[in-house]
Amino acid sequence: MSPTSSVEQQLAALVGSQAIRPATPADSVSGIQPQFVVAPESDQQLAAALTFANEAGLAVIPRGGATKLDWGNPPKRADLVLSTARLDRILEHVWADLTVTVEAGCTLQSLQQALAQHGQRLALDALWPAHATVGGVLSTNDSGVLRIRFGALRDLLIGITLALPDGTLASSGGKVVKNVAGYDLPKLATGALGTLGIITRAVFRLHPLPRITTTITCSANQSSSAARLLAALLDSTLTYSALQVRVPSLDQTDFLVDILFEGTEQGIAAQVGHLQSLASSTTVAESDRNVWQAREALHSQSLADPSASALLKISTCPSDTLAAIATLTDIAKSRATGSAVLQATGLGTILLRGARNELHHIAKIFREKVESSGGSIAALGNSILDTDFDAWGSTGDALPLMRAVKSQLDPKTTLNPGRFVGGI
Amino acid sequence: MRQAALRAPRTCSGHPLRGTAVDARILHEFRAIVGPQGLISSPEDLHTYECDGLTNFRVLPLAVLLPINTHQVQSIVHLCHTHRIPFVARGSGTGLSGGALPVENGVVISLARMNRILEVDLPNARVTVEPGVINLDVTSRVQPHGFFYAPDPSSQSVCSIGGNVAENSGGAHCLKYGFTTTHVLGLEVVLPDGSLVHFGGKCLDVPGYDLAGVFVGSEGTLGIATKIILRMLKRPECTRTLLAAFPGTSEASAAVSDIIAAGMLPAAIEMMDNLAIQAAEAAVHANYPDCGALLLVELDGPIAEVEALMLHVDELCRKNSASEIRVAQSDAERALVWKGRKAAFAAMGRISPNYIVQDGVIPRTALPQLMNEISRLSRQTGLRVANVFHAGDGNLHPLVLYDRHIAGQEKAAEALSFQILELCLAAGGSITGEHGVGEEKKCMMTKMFSEPDLATMQRVRAAFDPLQLSNPTKVFPTPRLCGEKPGEYVPHPLESTGLAERL
Repeated sequence: MSPTSSVEQQLAALVGSQAIRPATPADSVSGIQPQFVVAPESDQQLAAALTFANEAGLAVIPRGGATKLDWGNPPKRADLVLSTARLDRILEHVWADLTVTVEAGCTLQSLQQALAQHGQRLALDALWPAHATVGGVLSTNDSGVLRIRFGALRDLLIGITLALPDGTLASSGGKVVKNVAGYDLPKLATGALGTLGIITRAVFRLHPLPRITTTITCSANQSSSAARLLAALLDSTLTYSALQVRVPSLDQTDFLVDILFEGTEQGIAAQVGHLQSLASSTTVAESDRNVWQAREALHSQSLADPSASALLKISTCPSDTLAAIATLTDIAKSRATGSAVLQATGLGTILLRGARNELHHIAKIFREKVESSGGSIAALGNSILDTDFDAWGSTGDALPLMRAVKSQLDPKTTLNPGRFVGGI
Repeated sequence: MRQAALRAPRTCSGHPLRGTAVDARILHEFRAIVGPQGLISSPEDLHTYECDGLTNFRVLPLAVLLPINTHQVQSIVHLCHTHRIPFVARGSGTGLSGGALPVENGVVISLARMNRILEVDLPNARVTVEPGVINLDVTSRVQPHGFFYAPDPSSQSVCSIGGNVAENSGGAHCLKYGFTTTHVLGLEVVLPDGSLVHFGGKCLDVPGYDLAGVFVGSEGTLGIATKIILRMLKRPECTRTLLAAFPGTSEASAAVSDIIAAGMLPAAIEMMDNLAIQAAEAAVHANYPDCGALLLVELDGPIAEVEALMLHVDELCRKNSASEIRVAQSDAERALVWKGRKAAFAAMGRISPNYIVQDGVIPRTALPQLMNEISRLSRQTGLRVANVFHAGDGNLHPLVLYDRHIAGQEKAAEALSFQILELCLAAGGSITGEHGVGEEKKCMMTKMFSEPDLATMQRVRAAFDPLQLSNPTKVFPTPRLCGEKPGEYVPHPLESTGLAERL
């Protein structure tokens, strides 16, 4: 009996033989093909499979909808894909308390559809909601346009259950919005790319679905007027649910400032009036809600042409966002084209197009500049990664402590080895 | 190397104990770091620091240090690390769970002198402060520019930001505005070995684990924050406060459920029962209606939006048998309405010689049932219970009233307050919404979390504080000392690492 069939048989004994299959090239993670794909049907089975892999020294790649497998650094090793696809149930929607408990493999779309039945939502617009799962969205800390009003995932998540490599199924937080008992491990797991444990279930606080929504776009042809408008909006008492700037071209010919209002008819009418007085130096018009898909559209464009494009996530202080784009334009000069969708929170997505080595060079210099003013540049996707440009950039002086946390929860580096900051 | 002789921490019955004398050499080293004005070591002065807002637990520290900058904090902590001296950080000492209660044979590090606002960045709505800055002073500083700092615990005119960070303090507006952790973007932290690290920053989504998120609410067990970057919010265009009188907490609770079901998210929804109303009236004369329960509903936002929603709230209150509805017509009226609510705890002294405040959380929908159970227990024990409830987020503050001079009442009151917490857990809630676990509720942690859950938290703690010097006796239960598992002896962590002996 060969060693690999022994692994397969042992895993089959834990999850059932129909839940394990050999991996194919389609299951590769950043070019590395694992041996097996395991899809357990319960969190106990998942924990058992993870423990087995940990003891056998196998590297595990947790996988939900496989929409962001190329985020982070390439894994140092990948032996087993552990899929949460079958942990897809909504366990409890307590609408009167505005909370929901859901398994990690449930897609965002399924979740939102169920919540909508009671006029509620998870106030998060993630990428590819028909495929992206709760666990994956949490592990990558994806956030969209609603963040400015409703907060990030860390503010929407109130409880979590994690499967640790040693077999522990650890829960923290709870089912109530207000809870300060114990450490806030839900926050630790958010954005951790599955490197501390596999999320098996999550509890979220919810918000009501809006009664009415209206999208307004203000067009400016100069960075300075767009920046002035942005500053005026941030300083106002307007309660928009989203505020973004689309920069269709790094040549900076156009700046489209989109604002989303949600609320009552009277409330929105008054706010639109107020907006018009603030935005008088731009052209103001009501527009289609599909402007809020602009971020995802950049991703689609990059995926359509991966060898000649790169996608970056930028984080700056809100007042520096447009200046950072101007800096990028300077660095890129004529060697690359691109566009950007920037949120008023200071977070944004930038698409660069050009020859790979040029893009790599530009991104590297841009990251240095952004980091020197306290911001960050992450690469979404692996097209321009190299030994001198990893997916994340600098983590500052807390990296040793992060390594210590990792070594407490995953001492054998079973989970996603090498994919996280500092090669964790 | 000296070993710290560790006496077993007291059980929850609260007898003050005297600390042993600290080595004069070490005191000399502390004095060299903070100067003579920065060191308190005489017994009469140490008494000020023997407890926080939870006054029935008192421990005299070996010394109190009052650093004035990060470098001094580092030096103090490094010295503690070298000599294995446990330390407890203290802000304003207003905490209600014993978080700043000194640890036997440990020192207190007070951050009260580190009280400067370091940077105000209005275009980015960020303010950087030292930990000793008072909560309300942050809002005062940015108010002239139309901003405010959202977390508003009732003690906000005296409590410190550092303390808020340790406890993840909330306040009445949590449902809409979140908690301290929602508004802390970055921290400078002195780790328990004296090293300095930075979590988060002025920009969002700093790469790596959200250590700022873990640190907030860790009750001083993971290190000491020496700089905090806070997010400010723009003050809404208007705020409207409505007061509604109901026959009882069931009707008031039903009104709250209807408001939530209608898709509204008020800035605050507070409920007070009749006893709480009586106490508040006696203390501050807020002119509350005399009724079974009252609701205080606050909406804020753009004027047109708020006015439209307010009509709807009015309708829903009437539908649920509200006998009287008042809308505050001015800032002064609004302040008076809130004054009664915010004074409710202290006001209990008007209607009872002694009282215990508890801080449980329940799913909002469980309130009517819980109120019935509390009434039942109250009748059984003969002890009155007043209730103040953050109805928006389910945070319940039962105030168990008793008289210490009547034999057995104090014990009965403590027991009743813990029984109420167990009811909260049974209803799917939490043992603490805002006061923290601290010393007071660590024995309840095993009722809320399983052993593997607690063990996982301890592993994270071990990454930050392998020697367990930072507020070591708080939050987590020590089975033997909580009297929960008689029989098999489980050593205290300090004993396991050979750093202390049980005397």
